[in-house]
Amino acid sequence: MSLRSPLGRVLGLGSAREGVTHWWAQRVGAVALVPLCLWLVLSLAALGSLDHEAVVGFLRQPLNTLLALLLVLAGAHHSYLGVEVVIEDYVHAPAAKITGLVLSRLAHMLAAAAGVFALLRIAFGNHFS
Amino acid sequence: MVEFFLPANSRINRNGRVFPAPAGAKNVRTFKIYRFDPDSGENPRIDSYSLDMDDCGPMVLDALIKIKNEVDSTLTFRRSCREGICGSCAMNIGGSNGLACITACDSVRGDVSIYPLPHMPVIKDLVPDLTDFYAQYASIKPWLQTRTPPPPDRERLQTKEDQERVDRPSACILCACCSASCPSYWWNSDRYLGPAVLLAAYRWIVDSRDEATGERLDQLEDPFRLYRCHTIMNCTKDCPKDLNPAKAIGAIKQLMLERQV
Repeated sequence: MSLRSPLGRVLGLGSAREGVTHWWAQRVGAVALVPLCLWLVLSLAALGSLDHEAVVGFLRQPLNTLLALLLVLAGAHHSYLGVEVVIEDYVHAPAAKITGLVLSRLAHMLAAAAGVFALLRIAFGNHFS
Repeated sequence: MVEFFLPANSRINRNGRVFPAPAGAKNVRTFKIYRFDPDSGENPRIDSYSLDMDDCGPMVLDALIKIKNEVDSTLTFRRSCREGICGSCAMNIGGSNGLACITACDSVRGDVSIYPLPHMPVIKDLVPDLTDFYAQYASIKPWLQTRTPPPPDRERLQTKEDQERVDRPSACILCACCSASCPSYWWNSDRYLGPAVLLAAYRWIVDSRDEATGERLDQLEDPFRLYRCHTIMNCTKDCPKDLNPAKAIGAIKQLMLERQV
């Protein structure tokens, strides 16, 4: 039970003066991911064989490494922004919300770092030559 | 956490009272209507009213008024103008939000289910509590804000084109059909303003006479107030006045970007 006026309740803590950046980044990321995903799917399909050596050989080519890095980074960022919105939408208990947002951020950073590390190892490592 | 279960007393008893059609009725339709009486302490229930449609007007509001007058006077609902301009009789009819007075019974197939606007607190039967909805409307300062004093001898002028930009958004009657159809508003109505209020905000943002556009955008720029809109478009689908709140929200998002890049 609160005796606060409805208007006071609605005005709450005021506007965060933020949100455009997030919204715009999500859209730019989505647009960037369209050609990158198409490139990956079509390239792998054109590869014929999907065994380990063939894919590693494909990813070692400089342009492919570069595009794959972009795909990993843009994908992780876009996914992070999306999951953040989902958590804000549905999780309302403050502790669960903050925990979810932090864990989601860490998980996406881990995924991005692992992807970048793997691609660099393929590109520059000599384990496979 | 996420709320997977409804509060205990919101479970609906599907087998409420049944009011059969009068003897000899040939054109019978059944209205299944949500009933909730806060004084009884009972859970909501669905009552079933069968009417002789040969002796009833065509609109859902006609049926509701007939039920209240002739069958069951305890049925509670809001209505006033009966011509789609006051917005009082907004409710959920056959699964979609609309105004009972301009929704034909024939537009619903089978039994006509009638519920209050979804996800609003229910005061009684089909009457939702719109206090917070109105407070959200007040929060966007829905009036002309200027610094330039008005001309002493006339009103503030506007070109025909400028007027046309506010013409449609001004036609909103604040019935809340759109906001109550928006899943984002269901989950976050305490912080998301919802399509009706954002459409009203847009109406003042694009008004050429208004001089507080920047402040209005400042007030909306918020992950919840504006950006909870995920372009689901239920608002535009359900608007009984054929307005387009989703497009207005998109235009606000564009203006937000425009002043940054």
